[in-house]
Amino acid sequence: MTTKNTQKSEISGTTKSKKAAEAKDLVGFKRIDGRKVDEIRGPIKAKVGVVDNADGSAMYQQGKTIAIAAVYGPKKMHPQHQQDPERGTLRCNYNMISFSVTERIRPGTNRRSTEISKIMEWALGPVLMIDKYPNKVVDVHVNIIQADAGTRCAAINAAAMALAHAGIPMKNLVSSVAAGKMDKTIVVDLNKKEEDYEEGEGATDIPMTFTPDGKLTHLQLDGKINKKQLMEAIELGKKACKEIYEVQKKALKEIGEE
Amino acid sequence: MSEEKHRKIIVPGEVIVKGDEYLPGEGTEKKGDEIVALKYGLAEESNKLIRIIPLSGGYQPRRGNVVIGKVELITFNGWVIDINGSENAFLPLTEVPRYVNKNELEDVMDINDAVVVKIWGINKRGIDLSIKSRGLGKIDEGIIIEVNPNKVPRVIGKEGSMINLIKEETGCNITVGQNGLIWIKGDKVEKELFAKKAIEFVTQKSFISGLTEEIKKWFEEEKK
Amino acid sequence: MDKVRTTFDVTKERIKKHLLEGKRFDSRKPEEFRDIVIETGVSENAEGSCRVKIGKTEVLVGIKMDVATPYPDSPNKGNLMVTAELLPLSSPKFENGPPKFPAIELGRIIDRCIRESKVIELEKLCIKEGEKVWTVFVDIYSINDDGNLLDAAGIGAIVALKNAKIPKYDDKEEKVVYGELTNNSLPLAKNIPISITTHKIGDSLIVDPTREEEDISETRVTIGSSDGVISSMQKGESIPLSVEEMEKILDLNEKVWKDIFKKVEKFVK
Repeated sequence: MTTKNTQKSEISGTTKSKKAAEAKDLVGFKRIDGRKVDEIRGPIKAKVGVVDNADGSAMYQQGKTIAIAAVYGPKKMHPQHQQDPERGTLRCNYNMISFSVTERIRPGTNRRSTEISKIMEWALGPVLMIDKYPNKVVDVHVNIIQADAGTRCAAINAAAMALAHAGIPMKNLVSSVAAGKMDKTIVVDLNKKEEDYEEGEGATDIPMTFTPDGKLTHLQLDGKINKKQLMEAIELGKKACKEIYEVQKKALKEIGEE
Repeated sequence: MSEEKHRKIIVPGEVIVKGDEYLPGEGTEKKGDEIVALKYGLAEESNKLIRIIPLSGGYQPRRGNVVIGKVELITFNGWVIDINGSENAFLPLTEVPRYVNKNELEDVMDINDAVVVKIWGINKRGIDLSIKSRGLGKIDEGIIIEVNPNKVPRVIGKEGSMINLIKEETGCNITVGQNGLIWIKGDKVEKELFAKKAIEFVTQKSFISGLTEEIKKWFEEEKK
Repeated sequence: MDKVRTTFDVTKERIKKHLLEGKRFDSRKPEEFRDIVIETGVSENAEGSCRVKIGKTEVLVGIKMDVATPYPDSPNKGNLMVTAELLPLSSPKFENGPPKFPAIELGRIIDRCIRESKVIELEKLCIKEGEKVWTVFVDIYSINDDGNLLDAAGIGAIVALKNAKIPKYDDKEEKVVYGELTNNSLPLAKNIPISITTHKIGDSLIVDPTREEEDISETRVTIGSSDGVISSMQKGESIPLSVEEMEKILDLNEKVWKDIFKKVEKFVK
């Protein structure tokens, strides 16, 4: 149990002993499923072209979280008053299906899905080049089929592949993962059990999205963390996103080989 | 380098080639001495010009394209036509090869009618169409199928070799719209469906080289 | 791409013409279904789930269970609730937002098929009469619409129900322990209600239309039955039917039911 004094020194922490303790934590920390701190969950599966009607589509699975994305567009934007006469609009729609989680979610949208839809637009928007489609919209629909935390990250990963598959002009793909902290240890890709971790300082969840050249397009946090640890988490997340990028790229390249 | 070989699938953001001598073509941009892809597709080089041939994505209208569309709306001086691109296109009265009275627009072409049109201009306001040349105009009967517009060049083949082969083997008249819509007309529905099947075969195998041989073999098999 | 395309009129004419000779574009007979592919256990947090593909049409169906108070007029019976969502991802026709009529109708048709067949022995889902019963939620989602979402949903519903397991119920805490399933299946009767929809196009009757064929369907009749016992029926769209046509539809339904049963048999044992 940390006393108030030790808590203070941890939060400002740069003492030698603390560094040593951190190093030990990083090496010795055992996660619930036996993963290393910098290990993403498996299996990681990605496939494009999973919804025949869509202009582009993809499935992304990481561990037990599965997302399906479908892109329709560019097409005329309805309702008309939402049209932007100067550039195209990206419109994301994220939703979890009722039986994707243990306690049934009533079908329909809710505040969380509305927020995540917007977050997705911000995460994907910077790499899209849809300025030359005024008054048009690119609709990205993502549904979570099975959830074990990291759903918004899986959604973004699936959406990025689906957008490329749809032939939307893009500067790059983006890749997303949730890094975090469990008690004092920085980890990457928390599953549901880890998100609910309550020992010590509990769990801090940090979903983030990176372009392959290391730029952040999305970052959120909830929990309790100091600046140094946060920077560590971001570095860990960046590394993990590079791995995820390779999976997304492979899925897009394997399309001919069926 | 032959057309079908040496093409690799590129994802947006990927570096295709490195070297100052290369030029950025369609779907690419130059960053320093690298040519980077801005679209998902096959990278193709010809005379140091690198471009992306899209595998997917909608139809990009171009001047001179012959396309198949559906009449959406009739205005006082023409027809608004949906050509499967993201823009609507307009066919004015003046681009019909005969005189049309302002009161008989519906008689020439009514809402939901299918029509073969040519794009003669693209500007800020939209796309301008014409049906003044041969082979253009309202579609009376037959079936209209849809393929990925990016596969249309394969369906047509070099100098029309592929589509002509299909026309001969199936005994059908076929008009291929650059927007992926294809009109097949034969004297029997079976022939039209046979042509449909042949075209679907081509689009499914569009990746491979020696496609002409493959389809000739396929026709042999089907005829048995 | 403005892909809200309905079939071109000229193609519709050809489809009708061909049907008059009893032929369909994909070489199927009027009473023939496309290939049916079924996969169970596709979503682990559900108490039961399955994916059904009929040709390119695809639906996902999941079963969730919860404990609630019974309805006042059935104090010793469990509850059943069937909901369908036509996801915008599955077709350019479907928009984001609250369910519109097609989704509502689909849910209600499948609800009636399951409920009226009494395949779920609702009395056995009673925990404490008047106070606590199990509620069974059947949630249907469209993943790709190439025609006949109705029948795909119907097959999905019965397969998912047959494959579901009841979760643990903690009597002391009085709540469901999700994530821990007992080995008990739902209390189901031996009948297998399958709903089959017949469509009228001109003078022809077909089953399992593709999206193109559905576009020219003039009217449709969905019949939920099991081994010749009809438990639910719904006629949709506006063109009237003669009594003779109705009889033909009933005959066709019986024949097709047997074919479909053979295809789904191993998933509903």
